[in-house]
Amino acid sequence: DFILWTYRKWNTKAKELEGYVGFANLPNQVYRRSVKRGFEFTLMVVGESGLGKSTLINSLFLTDIYNDKEYPGPSLRIKKTVSVDTSKVLIKEGGVQLQLTIVDTPGFGDAVDNSNCWVPVTDYIDNTFEDYLNAESRVNRRTMPDNRVHCCLYFIAPTGHGLKPLDIEFMKKLHEKVNIIPLISKADTLTPEECKQFKKQIMKDIEENKIKIYEFPDTPDDEDDNKENNAKNTPVPQAPILEVNGKKVRGRQYPWGIVEVENLEHSDFVTLRNLLLRTHMQDLKDVTNNVHYENFRCRKLTQVTSGDQKPSRAAKASSKNPMSQFEEEKREHQTKMKKMEAEMEQVFEMKVKEKRKKLKDSEVDLQTRYEQMKISLNRQQKELEEKTRQFEKEKEAFRQKEDELKRRQLDNAKTLDMNKKGKEKKKTSLF
Amino acid sequence: MAAEVERNAGPNTRHLKLQGHVGFDSLPDQLVNKSVAQGFCFNILCVGETGLGKSTMMDTLFNTEFESDAAPHTLPGVKLSGKTYDLQESNVRLKLTVVDTVGFGDQINKADSYKSIVEYIDQQFENYLQEELKIKRAIHCYHDARIHACLYFIAPTGHSLKSLDLVTMKKLDSKVNIIPVIAKADTVSKGELHKFKIKIMSELVSNGVQIYQFPTDDETVAELNSTMNGHLPFAVVGSNEEVKIGNKTVRARQYPWGVVQVENESHCDFVKLREMLIRTNMEDLIEQTHARHYELYRRCRLEEMGFVDSHPDGKASSLQETYEAKRNAHMQQLQQKEDEMRQSFVVRVKEKEAELKQAEKELHEKFDSLKKQHAEEKRKLEHQQNKLKEEQDNFVKRKMIYEQEVLMAQQAAQSQTIKGKKKFHW
Repeated sequence: DFILWTYRKWNTKAKELEGYVGFANLPNQVYRRSVKRGFEFTLMVVGESGLGKSTLINSLFLTDIYNDKEYPGPSLRIKKTVSVDTSKVLIKEGGVQLQLTIVDTPGFGDAVDNSNCWVPVTDYIDNTFEDYLNAESRVNRRTMPDNRVHCCLYFIAPTGHGLKPLDIEFMKKLHEKVNIIPLISKADTLTPEECKQFKKQIMKDIEENKIKIYEFPDTPDDEDDNKENNAKNTPVPQAPILEVNGKKVRGRQYPWGIVEVENLEHSDFVTLRNLLLRTHMQDLKDVTNNVHYENFRCRKLTQVTSGDQKPSRAAKASSKNPMSQFEEEKREHQTKMKKMEAEMEQVFEMKVKEKRKKLKDSEVDLQTRYEQMKISLNRQQKELEEKTRQFEKEKEAFRQKEDELKRRQLDNAKTLDMNKKGKEKKKTSLF
Repeated sequence: MAAEVERNAGPNTRHLKLQGHVGFDSLPDQLVNKSVAQGFCFNILCVGETGLGKSTMMDTLFNTEFESDAAPHTLPGVKLSGKTYDLQESNVRLKLTVVDTVGFGDQINKADSYKSIVEYIDQQFENYLQEELKIKRAIHCYHDARIHACLYFIAPTGHSLKSLDLVTMKKLDSKVNIIPVIAKADTVSKGELHKFKIKIMSELVSNGVQIYQFPTDDETVAELNSTMNGHLPFAVVGSNEEVKIGNKTVRARQYPWGVVQVENESHCDFVKLREMLIRTNMEDLIEQTHARHYELYRRCRLEEMGFVDSHPDGKASSLQETYEAKRNAHMQQLQQKEDEMRQSFVVRVKEKEAELKQAEKELHEKFDSLKKQHAEEKRKLEHQQNKLKEEQDNFVKRKMIYEQEVLMAQQAAQSQTIKGKKKFHW
């Protein structure tokens, strides 16, 4: 995601000033300060060996950044794996001092198996971003060393057909990390028509693969063929000074003619130099700082501060800063806890009520049972009393009967006795 | 003249000579073009008692008439009000914000007067810091509202600084570039002015107040700046009225005894102020605010929030580590709060359970004793029932005996009768 780089909005009607105040001098103050500071620029060159990278750099800056003896170019330094090397030079011109850092990648694309040969490059760029991020985020930030790559010149071999898979893959991996300027190298092997065709094909390939290369912002005198200008072609001019038509020029001498480096009809070298150094160097730095670095920072901080959260939540958090994010999380957590507390309280109350009710119910139940038992007991007691009373009555009645029986028995016995006695008398009397 | 990059260049940096004109000497122009296209932004804070001519001074400095109403003396506290104006001069656009301290010095108790000023300045720093800390930020199109210069208006008593001035400036000197000016300087004569300036500067020095010094490290302006440093504080006069002098119309104040011309360097230091503030050092003021005052604020604030640059064992911690540490601490804190709450609930639940269990036990005990009672009574009842049964059984037996005896008696009676009858037959 590209962050839009917008200029500050302005009131079209600014206040009319009467007389000269003097802040129109501000640009001069800025000029002075920038010269006092000096400038820095980091340029990366990537391409297979032998495509003329070192010669181009030397020609661009008109100085021997690479020379065969002490500082050989990348093609002469190939090792087994792709490495990323930097060399710093300080150059002065017209009172302006520029510290130029050239980053080259010897070994790129030169192996048989070039899978992932861009990884050292992406790692290097990410590391410089990370270093800058750490430096920017320190509490004490007196100096912020800036090694970020401002521009990457990508060298395309002059096949005339289109981009190779390696080219496409590299650009896709790097277009959101650095400003890419693709160059057709050794273009003195292409005729103008072939060149035009090649450029068209390259731009088509780039568009099809949705690669975002650095687009030079419109300069007032550059209305035509801006798209084509985006793929520049250059020859390999570490050219000695020759004489052509009485003028001294840099060029490559062939049996069939001289290719002039600075001839616009022969190559885009001049266009490249103008755009890269004379008009858009500052813009390259700005785009690196405001777009590529901010993208990196945004991604990195999102990853760091919400590592365990869901991606949707992380996306929402990106507009805040991590500190306020903590605050918000704290507040969210508090509300969550309040809710949880309320819920738990509710559940607690409910359970207590349940238990109390159960207790009450069992009390009532026991009470009822006890009452019933008591009632039945009472009833039984009453029955018993009744029975006892009746029994007493019976007993009484019976006793009476018994008494009578006893009396009759006694009477009978008396009668019997008397009869006996009578009989006996009779008996006795008879004789 | 060595630029910073040359001085900071490492040992491996080669110094190379160019064999022709490369063209990067246009870099400063590229930078300037970008700045001009973006526009500039400058914020001035005017601190001083009501009636010292602050608003008039702003009008005079920027040669225009900003709308401002004269403030009364009756405000209960110090308020800061800022107004933003878009100005343009040739192709340079400036977004100027003028912040005025309304009510400064009017209260009877001025102990807290400086507080709202400090708060305002800190608030602007805070806003910038918050934007800088955001994950998705727009720092390069952020409207910078940080105060770049503070004009401190000193009352022209002619003697010395007021204690309110000293206190306020001491509180502000680490937060903003202070440029003290003697206001309404047309009431101070030349001799008095000279003594006044010396007195003021010595008081500032002895109280350790750090005012803004015009920078002397850039050759082109070093000499001018160091001369001007010696004229501090500038004695200024402002005016919104114009008076015709000769064939020119100039800003001036007309008195019965003469005309004080604002732009006359022998009348007052206004031109010096304008030169220093606007024409020469505006950019440096902005730079100092960002590189010194803001960084100090940021440093304090980050330390407050618990950020450190290196662990106690001396290893530098990267941003990732710092954030992760903070995040862990933060999550731990939240987790702890949650655990505490749960814990308190667990305790309550346990308590309540014990309570209810106790109630249950008591209930059961009560009913157990009732049951026992009941069982006892039942036993007694049964015992009585048994007794009754026994008696009834005995009674039945007795009845049976009775019946038998009755029967026997009857039989005996019958047989007797038969016997008798028999006997009688003989």
